[in-house]
Amino acid sequence: MVQAAKYDAIVVGSGISGGWAAKELTEKGLRVLLLERGRNVEHIKDYVNAVKAPWEYPHRGGRTHAMEEAYPVLKRDYPLNEKNLAFWVNEKECPYTEVKRFDWFRGYQVGGRSLTWGRQSYRWSDFDFEANAKDGIAVDWPIRYQELAPWYDHVEKHAGISGSLEGMAQLPDGQFQPAMPLNCGEELIAGRLKDKFGGMRRIIPGRTANATQALEGRSACQYRNACWLGCPFGAYFSTQSSTLPAAAKTGRLTLKPWSIVTEVIYDKDRKRATGVRVLDAVSDQWTDYQAKIVFLCASTLNSTWLLMRSATDVWPEGLGSSSGELGHNLMDHHFRCGAEGTLEGLDDKYFYGRRPTGFYIPRYRNLFGDKREYLRGFGYQGSADRIGWARAVKELGLGAAFKDEMSTPGPWVFGATAFGEMLPSHANTVGLDTTKKDKWGLPVLKIDCATGENERLMRKDMVLDLAEMLEESGAKKVKTWDTGSYPGMAIHEMGTARMGRDPKTSVLNAHNQVWDAPNVFVTDGSCMASSACQNPSLTYMALTARAANFAVDELKRRNL
Amino acid sequence: MNPSAKEDPVRKIDRREAIRYVSALLGGVAFTGGARLFAAIESDGAATPRTAGDFTAEHVAFLDEIAETILPATKTPGAKAAKVGAFMALMVTDAYGPEEQTVFRDGMRRVDSAMREQAHVSFMKATPEQRLALLVELDGEAKRVMDARAAKADDDKTQPPHFFRMMKQLALLGYFTSEIGCVQAQRYVETPGRFDPCVPYSPGEPSWARHA
Repeated sequence: MVQAAKYDAIVVGSGISGGWAAKELTEKGLRVLLLERGRNVEHIKDYVNAVKAPWEYPHRGGRTHAMEEAYPVLKRDYPLNEKNLAFWVNEKECPYTEVKRFDWFRGYQVGGRSLTWGRQSYRWSDFDFEANAKDGIAVDWPIRYQELAPWYDHVEKHAGISGSLEGMAQLPDGQFQPAMPLNCGEELIAGRLKDKFGGMRRIIPGRTANATQALEGRSACQYRNACWLGCPFGAYFSTQSSTLPAAAKTGRLTLKPWSIVTEVIYDKDRKRATGVRVLDAVSDQWTDYQAKIVFLCASTLNSTWLLMRSATDVWPEGLGSSSGELGHNLMDHHFRCGAEGTLEGLDDKYFYGRRPTGFYIPRYRNLFGDKREYLRGFGYQGSADRIGWARAVKELGLGAAFKDEMSTPGPWVFGATAFGEMLPSHANTVGLDTTKKDKWGLPVLKIDCATGENERLMRKDMVLDLAEMLEESGAKKVKTWDTGSYPGMAIHEMGTARMGRDPKTSVLNAHNQVWDAPNVFVTDGSCMASSACQNPSLTYMALTARAANFAVDELKRRNL
Repeated sequence: MNPSAKEDPVRKIDRREAIRYVSALLGGVAFTGGARLFAAIESDGAATPRTAGDFTAEHVAFLDEIAETILPATKTPGAKAAKVGAFMALMVTDAYGPEEQTVFRDGMRRVDSAMREQAHVSFMKATPEQRLALLVELDGEAKRVMDARAAKADDDKTQPPHFFRMMKQLALLGYFTSEIGCVQAQRYVETPGRFDPCVPYSPGEPSWARHA
């Protein structure tokens, strides 16, 4: 065991949340050790496929038998793609146990999934923060929108979120750069929808963490829509493009890749963490690092895994387990269902550039007097586009005229998938599976999670509402679809170490401090007490920035 | 498909179509997921003709002619120039399941024997017109078979498609994702630099090819 230098703060994990923690803490004067279990990925230099042409890939981006064999989980949905394989976890080295099917799509490298995320960025409102209390579900959020709003402002300005001001109570406006506009197909439906459904169902430009104006060290978006390969212009928010350079600039950041944190070291007399234990993923050497505060940002399930392995001499189920809620209330969003329709009258219109976002239809169900047989609601994300050569597959035809026709754009098609809220349930759990070990001999996670009746009922509306909107808006050939959704697939996994008002029923307090160890903060998706239906990453950023600034203040007040 | 689809204006679309919306949002990949047929795989466009697995240079030449019949040289180069035959062979080898591979290979033999029956000449020696006439017939057959299957309530999605559906899919995919297909048949701009949400379009102007 090596005893290493002391730091003011340790941040575990370098994804969206960990990057924000490192930035805020270093900028407030703390010396920070940022630990990442995977390899380093250097901004731009390591985006090895970012400027390849589509035809340059040996397998043109597709999936082979060999890839499917190596990625038995990733292959279950779109992420398995030759073009960015290097940004997904090695599944053979890092297995997990599925009591029920749970698609866990992980990115173990510096930057985590901030490199590959969908970038949709939406604020929550008090409809979301008050929902648990009003519905008598799970526990009340210990915070309200007003407490988070300034932190949304703070993170949006630095991250660079493009979006339009809409004045919608259920989807508060933010500090936006100019929106990436709707295209003519989307405008057509948006305009026709305005006067229908009491104006409650609105199509707005997707709010996305793609800069439309240059930021420090970052160019504006060049409309390549190749974000998930890493952006050579730094135009979308990632740890590498945004928070890591800010933290590094302070001179107070130490970044250590290949560092698997296996335990938070806990002093039961002082009721404080003293640091973390790290296994070097390459050399297998163990090192203890000491710090005054520890931020767990290892991703939803991995931060909980770490808590479960810590302070077990005091609590056999781990640090934060005294409430009985650690590892419970796992959530995701359910999606992969919606509708599409063909648009007429736009054959003389097209667009230029590949926009890396689409449209958004904010939630309208169970709001403003609407009442359904289920709780909560959903939003839609989609786009309109002119169908290309793919339309040729099912149609009759071949030969010269056919080829030339299929080289030109076909009809406009408008389509979207809903993203629905998933209720928290004590029965949806993760725990340690001590019978299965990863490459380093560490026990793996066992996941037991399923959607329930509320989601099933909601899903009917998720499919039929959009079909209804399309028909009301004059779209033709309206078709519905539902390809099924398993927890994990939305890659919005959250919960398992929820915030709350009472140490008896929650793992974290209103400032993301573990009730039983106030100098340990958990600010990634683990902390969520409900899932809302908005993409969650922006809220993780705001919660992390808020908690980090609180932690620094508490340190100054000598409370930690 | 739902048997009541005729009365119901709201029809089901299949998984591949559905994936377009999700992938457009989450990364912009046009064809991924489920059906192996849409696992976009292509030869790397190297100058030397490539073979894959059990496919010989003769097989690749044969597939080149099938693809060229589907997508011939017009004002833009055809499938053969884009090395689509090699792509098809690689695709079948690396991404098709064993059953699909068998159906595909049987299909190659059937194309040749049907040509001999019809015109008393091998497919390789047939004229472009003879090849076109045969493949038009097979295209019709494939569509009838696949439409009938899709109309069945208990359509088994794991069953390999009609062999000519596979050939046509692979030819289209291989061609339109090749450099020739992207840059000459369609339009490709690596770095557009801006987004114009609505621009005039005149008939005949090519599609924009995708990037990632």
